Amino acid sequence: MEKKTYERPIIKPLNSGLMNKFGTRTEYTPKTHIDGVKVKDLLAEFGSPLFVMSEDKIRQNIQSAQRIFETRYPKVQFAWSYKTNYLNAVCNVFHQEGSWGEVVSMFEYNKALKNGVPADKILFNGPDKTDDDLKTAVKNDSPIHIDHLDELYRLIEISDEMHIKPRVAIRVNMDTGIYPMWDRFGFNYENGEAWDAINKIMATDKLNLIGLHCHIGTFMLTPSAYGVAASKLSALALNIKKRYDKVITYIDMGGGFASKNTLKGSYQLGTDAVPDIEEYAEQITSSILNAGFETDELPYLYLETGRALVDDAGFLLGSVISNKRLSDGRRSTILDFGVNILFTAFWYDHKISPAQEFSQYTEDTVLYGPLCMNIDVVRENVSMPPLNAGDNVVVHYVGAYNITQSMQFISLRPAVVMIDTKGKPHKIKSSETLEDVEKNELLPTHLNKFEL
Amino acid sequence: MSKPKYTIAVTGLNAIDSPGPGLAVIRALKDSKSFDVRIIGLSYEALEPGIYMHDYVDKTYQVPYPSAGQEVLVERYKYINAIENIDFLFPNFDAELFNYIALKERLLNDLGIKMSLPTQEQFEARHKVNLYEYGKTHEIKVPFSQMIFSTAEIPGVAANIGYPLVIKGKFYDAKIAHTAEQAQSHFNKISAEWGLPVIVQEFVHGSEVNVCGIGDGEGVTLGAVPMRKLYITDKGKAWAGITLDDEKLMEITTDLVKNTMWNGPFELEFMKTDKDEYYLIEINPRFPAWCYLTVGAGQNQVEALVNHEMGMKVEPFENYEVGKMFIRYSHDMIVDIKEFEQISTVGEL
Amino acid sequence: MKIRKNVAVSDSGFLFNPLTGDSFSVNPIGQTIISSFKENKPESEILENILEEYRVDKNTAEKDLNDFKRMLENYKLID
Repeated sequence: MEKKTYERPIIKPLNSGLMNKFGTRTEYTPKTHIDGVKVKDLLAEFGSPLFVMSEDKIRQNIQSAQRIFETRYPKVQFAWSYKTNYLNAVCNVFHQEGSWGEVVSMFEYNKALKNGVPADKILFNGPDKTDDDLKTAVKNDSPIHIDHLDELYRLIEISDEMHIKPRVAIRVNMDTGIYPMWDRFGFNYENGEAWDAINKIMATDKLNLIGLHCHIGTFMLTPSAYGVAASKLSALALNIKKRYDKVITYIDMGGGFASKNTLKGSYQLGTDAVPDIEEYAEQITSSILNAGFETDELPYLYLETGRALVDDAGFLLGSVISNKRLSDGRRSTILDFGVNILFTAFWYDHKISPAQEFSQYTEDTVLYGPLCMNIDVVRENVSMPPLNAGDNVVVHYVGAYNITQSMQFISLRPAVVMIDTKGKPHKIKSSETLEDVEKNELLPTHLNKFEL
Repeated sequence: MSKPKYTIAVTGLNAIDSPGPGLAVIRALKDSKSFDVRIIGLSYEALEPGIYMHDYVDKTYQVPYPSAGQEVLVERYKYINAIENIDFLFPNFDAELFNYIALKERLLNDLGIKMSLPTQEQFEARHKVNLYEYGKTHEIKVPFSQMIFSTAEIPGVAANIGYPLVIKGKFYDAKIAHTAEQAQSHFNKISAEWGLPVIVQEFVHGSEVNVCGIGDGEGVTLGAVPMRKLYITDKGKAWAGITLDDEKLMEITTDLVKNTMWNGPFELEFMKTDKDEYYLIEINPRFPAWCYLTVGAGQNQVEALVNHEMGMKVEPFENYEVGKMFIRYSHDMIVDIKEFEQISTVGEL
Repeated sequence: MKIRKNVAVSDSGFLFNPLTGDSFSVNPIGQTIISSFKENKPESEILENILEEYRVDKNTAEKDLNDFKRMLENYKLID
């Protein structure tokens, strides 16, 4: 007689009034395949844990976002936000789909150049640009988005030294009715700082003001805030036209669209509560279209959407190291990945599925990472089917900010695989080695030897 | 002519000391003269009393919590509907409305389940944090309120509206502060529990009057009955109440329904001042737990709403009996553990 | 391991503890284990039965059985 599939014995109190078992099904729908490739096969071939990117999903996302904006507005340009995920393979999928580059440091700038993005199609953002950075960008004719007055004055001087008139935009921050207001970046709209900066630029004749930029926040759940922001930038652009007869060529709405992740403390699931890109698009495009631009002076709309285009294209595959019973009777499961590589576990309740079939029985479980650190918690409380040591899990929506923010801490960082549109996995980053980590270390000779 | 028989599903079976509206809605449906009804109870927890009240609820199914997500909810409804063939559904909890509004078209088109709900815009606009703006738009007095994100903002607002003032949580909870110190301490407590922003609201002195009614979505008030609570429990819930003859309140209500094109059931909560001014405190986009009083007063609004949604021509109610009272009582049922076992393990009873 | 008298598991996996008034839900393998304890089967035999019936290695089964026992104790279902 064939033996039955094993499931460990479970007893669970009923009267606690907690989540009933008719309520948590999606959490334990097994995720056995990604783009047709078996999770188990991926782990066997590339090791555990493992990041997996779906090329197909990225292409679908960017194509759909382009369609959504282009059907509402005639002049749209996406720029890939490097900090969201700057693996070259990921960047190049976006570049193949027509996205420019958007960078916030010289490191990212050089990465974009090396990937082959023409310098005049790299938007240079961020508060930290050294003189050398600025000079490189000026020489290369990259649009520079000015963040503060010091940078504005430095650019005027550099322009003078180099006899080049740089193409610039200013970053504007503003009250869009949401909290927190990101007033630490750029020039404020309400108190007139932005207009002062514009006057300064127009007065010098050293800088070519071509755009206006804003980035009102992150994981924005209120699309109407984008409508407010687009109206305010449009008003500035029209004022510049009126006052200086200068046509602003683009309005850059930055990023901040939410992905389908569930923020900690949110009652609704991210998949239910997060607005669709259509809703952001509707707000932004209708605000610009209704602002009163002459048809032939309608500015380009630049978008630096990152998270919303890549989060759901990324998966983290891992394995169960062990199960433990906590002193209060709760089940805890230790996984082979923790907050060192799943940094977003600090602010999301990630959706985590087992990679194999299970019955309907579940237990409330704490999911811990492998680090010898108390803060290493992947999920504080999740209803999971009984997992055995060696079983596999899949974390969903990890394509944004995890690979770029992962840290080499206690253990080495895992490999990253991209599954191409035909279902073939390619390794796009090898797992770290001891040599990688020690490559830049230097040992003074007197520390070479010791006896114990 | 024979009456149609509808299968109607109802949530909010928690007829406890702070009751959900489910049982009141069911009693109104059972009283209907125009149709017969099979009641499907929908419960979240195994101890909701309605599950065991077989005179009112023909069959109960457990449903997933709103936080489990819409996909899971749809899956559950596919299962339930395959057995029960539901005609109409009454969601009765505030926390579940967001999902049901989002799923309205899908449940109707895929499963043939009708619901009467406000639109997403109407739902958001009347939300506590937006209510002051809402009042301005629709020319209704709403106590001045402002969202704040830190205690540093309290003095500014207080200078404007004076003490006492009310500190309110985004979703729940409200505390009266008579001094700056109290305001600060309430802010800290409420923000710790319900998050930011916190709402600071002008305190309006008066007595609370409520209206239970239905709008047809085209500006017509199909029914409305005003009530004053006569006695409230320590949780602030009505224990007893009485219908009022208040023309001004009815006028405000019909204007509001007309201006907002309100669709479906609603409860309006007002503070009536000594100067006979009415301040709107809250709009609940569902029937309240006391809605059976409207049946007692001659307006079976629940029945009317079902008929309206079923495409029948429904004439607006013109009268109701003034001075009708409700007095709530609690009642201990005797239940066999077998029943508890069944709902707990199978999710159906 | 002696299960408290009057503790019974129904076919649906519902378990009621008459001493404390608590109710529990138990999965099928858990039900089998509790029934075996009630029949006073020794642990070694219970473990063997599990190994015969399910695809599982001895270490895992033993570990899980011990954990299950601790939970039964924890929920005061043991005499």
